[in-house]
Amino acid sequence: MWDAPGIVGLPDDREEPRVIEFDAVHKEYPDGTVAVERFSLIVPSHRVVALVGSSGSGKTTLLRMVNRMVDPSSGTVSIDGVDVRSMDRVKLRRSIGYVLQAGGLLPHRSVADNVATVPVLEGRSRRQARADALGLLERVGLDTALADRYPAQLSGGQQQRVGVARALAADPNILLMDEPFGAVDPIVRDQLQAEMRALQADIGKTIVFVTHDIGEAFALGDEVVVLRTGAEIAQQGAPAEILANPADDFVASFVGAGTAQRTLRIRQVDGRDVVVDGDGRPTGVLER
Amino acid sequence: MNWLSQNLHIVGQLLADHLFLSIPPILLSLLISVPLGRLAAGSPRLRTPLLTGTGLLYAIPSLPLFIIIPALFGFSLRSPATMITALTLYGCALLVRGAADAFSSVPQDVRLAAAATGHSRWGLFWTVELPLAGPVLLSSLRVVTVSTVSLVTVGAVIGISSLGTLFTDGFQRNIDASIVTGIVLTVVVAFALDALCVLAARWAMPWQRAVSRA
Ligand SMILES: Nc1ncnc2c1ncn2[C@@H]1O[C@H](COP(=O)(O)OP(=O)(O)OP(=O)(O)O)[C@@H](O)[C@H]1O
Ligand SMILES: [Mg+2]
Repeated sequence: MWDAPGIVGLPDDREEPRVIEFDAVHKEYPDGTVAVERFSLIVPSHRVVALVGSSGSGKTTLLRMVNRMVDPSSGTVSIDGVDVRSMDRVKLRRSIGYVLQAGGLLPHRSVADNVATVPVLEGRSRRQARADALGLLERVGLDTALADRYPAQLSGGQQQRVGVARALAADPNILLMDEPFGAVDPIVRDQLQAEMRALQADIGKTIVFVTHDIGEAFALGDEVVVLRTGAEIAQQGAPAEILANPADDFVASFVGAGTAQRTLRIRQVDGRDVVVDGDGRPTGVLER
Repeated sequence: MNWLSQNLHIVGQLLADHLFLSIPPILLSLLISVPLGRLAAGSPRLRTPLLTGTGLLYAIPSLPLFIIIPALFGFSLRSPATMITALTLYGCALLVRGAADAFSSVPQDVRLAAAATGHSRWGLFWTVELPLAGPVLLSSLRVVTVSTVSLVTVGAVIGISSLGTLFTDGFQRNIDASIVTGIVLTVVVAFALDALCVLAARWAMPWQRAVSRA
């Protein structure tokens, strides 16, 4: 089932390349916390790389180094070979879609205005930007009737979807997504993951997707990078490779947290085939 | 009532004088305090000197101030400019701290989110920090508005005419109606300008009501 990664491969000549490269990046915060230690990674054009690791492993810090919300203490982050430090911060940030961990919406702007943030900053007319925003809301599965509400009037999951719509609004080539589906229930989450795969098949962005849910990383990543504390790479590869051959106990336990759900068996109940997971909990009924 | 109807013209003139002396210092202190408050909120090093410095202004007694200001700026003793300058200083004494608190109340994660979506520093200030500082700023502004309206009356003592003139005249000539009219109108002006602040804020911050209604 994991043999075919969820995201449809795209011809690479579709657009100009957008390769993100981390080269020996190190980040020590002023208070002495070392969040990232000599991290190197290439995120290929039009692919989804999922960074997965437990809380505090440095995932958010890595994302923020791409749009220069955080500057590395040493090492470089580059986009298509150009060091981001040589780029204008404001322009760089407008050219990258960023979905913040907690939504990060502006509380004093309506949903539509939040989505239209970057296009309006870039000089698009409010009217046009609003029309586009309504389309984007539909695209992320939100009712356009929510357009005139304020973020505080939405549920956490709805806010996160608005955050995704906002990140897509300027049609950036690069998307940084920090646990974008963290605040939604499993059913909606599955649905959003499916929608995101469809969307990515359509738009083919270069995406760095951060999650602490290995299942989500497998579901969305063309490539999965498992991180230890300090953003040390424990293993990196296609979902199937990691699932089949965890590099060490750490990865195995990380994957294992998800494998109880993934190792499925069939049990007969009342003459029907009930599918149970590794813990013996029923997950569904087999249709023959 | 009889006194009032006979002196309506004078009372109207004093009311206009009062407004002319109150509104400019309110607006000027807002204009001066917002950037100073933003500086204080943004820099721990500047915060203490700015807040202590402007706070001390309030300790200067008003009568000497009415003498120092003309000497310093070359205004004539009884000119409205003297009054407006003095009240602007008092306004700043309250409002710089209020503005600093207002800007400190803007959530850091919202500031970061706005920066991350590509707001320039200037854009961040005008379109994110200032509106979000609005509610706290408003509460200080209301205090300054009411206190300015009442402080304007002090000018009557040195002969700058305002509704306060109705008290000084009333006391000297023993006309109770004049004193009462002065007091009532001062309170009415204070309430009216305060209400104006609230209405303006409501118009400028539509999300506040929408969210609290929910
Ligand atoms: N501004 C900061 N100042 C000091 N330390 C920080 C700062 N931001 C993050 N850290 C520390 O750096 C480490 C990595 O943080 P980061 O936010 O990158 O983790 P994360 O992997 O995104 O975690 P989570 O899954 O909980 O979001 C943590 O130990 C954190 O406490
Ligand atoms: Mg994080």
